Amino acid sequence: MQVEGAAARTWMNLDMQVSTCLTCSSVGDIFKALADPTRRTILDELTERNGQTLFEICARLSTKHGIGSSRQATSQHLDVLEDAGLVETRREGRYKFHYIDTGPLEPIVERWLTRPGGHVGGRSGTSADSDGTEGPT
Amino acid sequence: MRINLTSVFVDDQEKALRFYTDVLGFVKKHDVPMGGEDRWLTVVSPQDPDGTELLLEPSGHPAAKPFKEALVADGIPFTSFAVDDVDAEYERLRGLGVRFTQEPVDMGPVTTAVLDDTCGNLIQIAHHAG
Repeated sequence: MQVEGAAARTWMNLDMQVSTCLTCSSVGDIFKALADPTRRTILDELTERNGQTLFEICARLSTKHGIGSSRQATSQHLDVLEDAGLVETRREGRYKFHYIDTGPLEPIVERWLTRPGGHVGGRSGTSADSDGTEGPT
Repeated sequence: MRINLTSVFVDDQEKALRFYTDVLGFVKKHDVPMGGEDRWLTVVSPQDPDGTELLLEPSGHPAAKPFKEALVADGIPFTSFAVDDVDAEYERLRGLGVRFTQEPVDMGPVTTAVLDDTCGNLIQIAHHAG
């Protein structure tokens, strides 16, 4: 976990240096951040309650999900999520809280799910399936 | 062997005594001058007056401050107290102006919340399900 987290950070820093103008690199960071099930679970828990301390996140992972990550490993997961823009940390007095930010996910929705004119291709599109002739029965 | 005493490092013993008695509801057990301003100051639960004492220990040692600050920054409680109902206690203490860094969370076998003791520590309160 620790090596992966550090490697991911280094890779993303390189990405930012080499191609700051390409939005696809930031999307790549997001997919890298979302590729790990523990990180997705962290986002699930922040969706349930936004603004959690590291302690609360660790406690939720271990008691609700049986994820036995160390505090250091969880902290590094949070670093990856923060680097991808999916988590924001805010200091309030002496405490530090973590908040989910779904803003970076919007380009993904616009790229594949939201098309001009409202037409969505494929089986999941309502208009495409309206005649009922497509797909296995 | 048994555990008869546990302690928390507090920034200010007098302020701590008020918080741990007036707000949390413990009662003072021992208060002995220890030289200078320091006191041997303990509180107990009124439900268990002969039970484990909590020592409100001065945090004057230079290592105590950075240690406490690091725990608080990550939201880590220094210790945990048992209550009958975390949600009810949360409402009661919030009504008294207590700051919580973690509102009650149902974590399956245990429900917990974390509060600020105003003396440099976070304290967890917990009850077990069933």
